[in-house]
Amino acid sequence: MALTTHPPRAPLWRSTVGKKAAMAVSGLVLLAYLVAHMLGNLKIFFGAGELNGYAAWLRTIGRPFLGHEWFLWMARTVLLAAVLVHGTAAYQLSRRDLAARPTGYRHTRARASYATRTMRWGGVILGLFIVWHILDLTTLTVNSRAEQGHPYQNVVASFHTWYSGWIYCLAMLALGLHIRHGFWSAAQTLGLNSQHGNPRRDRVLKLAANALALLLTAGFLSVPIAVMTGAVK
Amino acid sequence: MNLTLRIWRQSGPDQPGGLTAYQVTGISEEMSFLEMLDTLNEELILRGDQPVAFDHDCREGICGACGMVINGQAHGPERTTTCQLHMRHFSDGDTIDVEPWRSAAFPVVKDLVVDRSAFDRIIGSGGYITAPTGSAPDAHAVPVPKEAADLAFEHAECIGCGACVAACPNGSAMLFTAAKVVHLNVLPQGAPERRGRVRSMVAAMDAEGFGGCTNTGECATACPKGIGLNAIGTLNREFLRGGRR
Repeated sequence: MALTTHPPRAPLWRSTVGKKAAMAVSGLVLLAYLVAHMLGNLKIFFGAGELNGYAAWLRTIGRPFLGHEWFLWMARTVLLAAVLVHGTAAYQLSRRDLAARPTGYRHTRARASYATRTMRWGGVILGLFIVWHILDLTTLTVNSRAEQGHPYQNVVASFHTWYSGWIYCLAMLALGLHIRHGFWSAAQTLGLNSQHGNPRRDRVLKLAANALALLLTAGFLSVPIAVMTGAVK
Repeated sequence: MNLTLRIWRQSGPDQPGGLTAYQVTGISEEMSFLEMLDTLNEELILRGDQPVAFDHDCREGICGACGMVINGQAHGPERTTTCQLHMRHFSDGDTIDVEPWRSAAFPVVKDLVVDRSAFDRIIGSGGYITAPTGSAPDAHAVPVPKEAADLAFEHAECIGCGACVAACPNGSAMLFTAAKVVHLNVLPQGAPERRGRVRSMVAAMDAEGFGGCTNTGECATACPKGIGLNAIGTLNREFLRGGRR
């Protein structure tokens, strides 16, 4: 008689490894969006017409097949789903991780990098920032001098308040750290860097993580810094 | 040399524990950490106190029985097992904190002894190959590529001491499980059960209450056998490919 020695495949979400994979994929979706978002932001350096025109174009993508802002709403749906998957997995895994070490050690050494150790709180900061960012520049709720349809003027108005610029800068530094560990970690979680006998692949991925983190942070930071220093008026 | 030891004392699994300070004198640099503890225990026994309970067996770094967290580091400051850690890595007058492995899946039995049978249950769930017993197979009946043999051997070096779990901020057993999965999955003998093995072992690991992997790398730094972090990458890939051939 043949024995079944192994159980059938359980749903991915049920295991820690599967949850991490969901986190990795949703994180990469968000990362891809951030690259596009950052590049689009740079339009601000070409003047109000360029940025406002670009923003208006975003609402017409897919026309006439898609209606006004349809593409935008589809993208928002995907992003919201990615954030929810990412956050839920992070929350559930963190709860589990903390429960797995009920008693701590006398010595708390910090050997892992700063980026690695700040993934959880960095993620919380980024989550709060996303809410603030939407209220500030999408719904314009907290941006008192803003007008719908004039993103260039709204950005300038927002960063003219002292707190908005600083919130933004802080969040972008957190973003850089999050990506620095997150990108390489996603590759490891999806098993993309584990070509045994090929340590180059791992080095390339680490380098790519650092480059992505640096470029995204620099690109995003350039906008508030330009407004705060008066380069963009 | 003379040392102050602060050792975790706990009389039983459900008893409260705490660090107790002891003075040890006349410790030689050539002593291993366990021999130093033996010296302390001899004194404790003569005094009529309970000796410090700790696990040990081969005392030559190959069995995986010993292990304690020394000054916050699994197996102490050197990348070796506690039995192979020598007192020359400490200085006269040092205060050394000694604690058991800390993980929800490794409950303390007594003092520095923890119950690591969770590892056995992970192995039992898939850390083997199914082979007919009774007669020895012909030698070289299954050709093994040199690279596969080397890779399998590197990961078979894991002695299951649990330092990876103790060092991981999440008390995760990913490096242990990964070492076993790589060891068996790269070999032709392990190939037929490759998919199911990963599924079962990950499920068993999760069921024991170990944390998840956050790719911190503390496990690989602490591993006395030098199992690398990319073993975990391979485990992840094998797991995610589990449904496909």
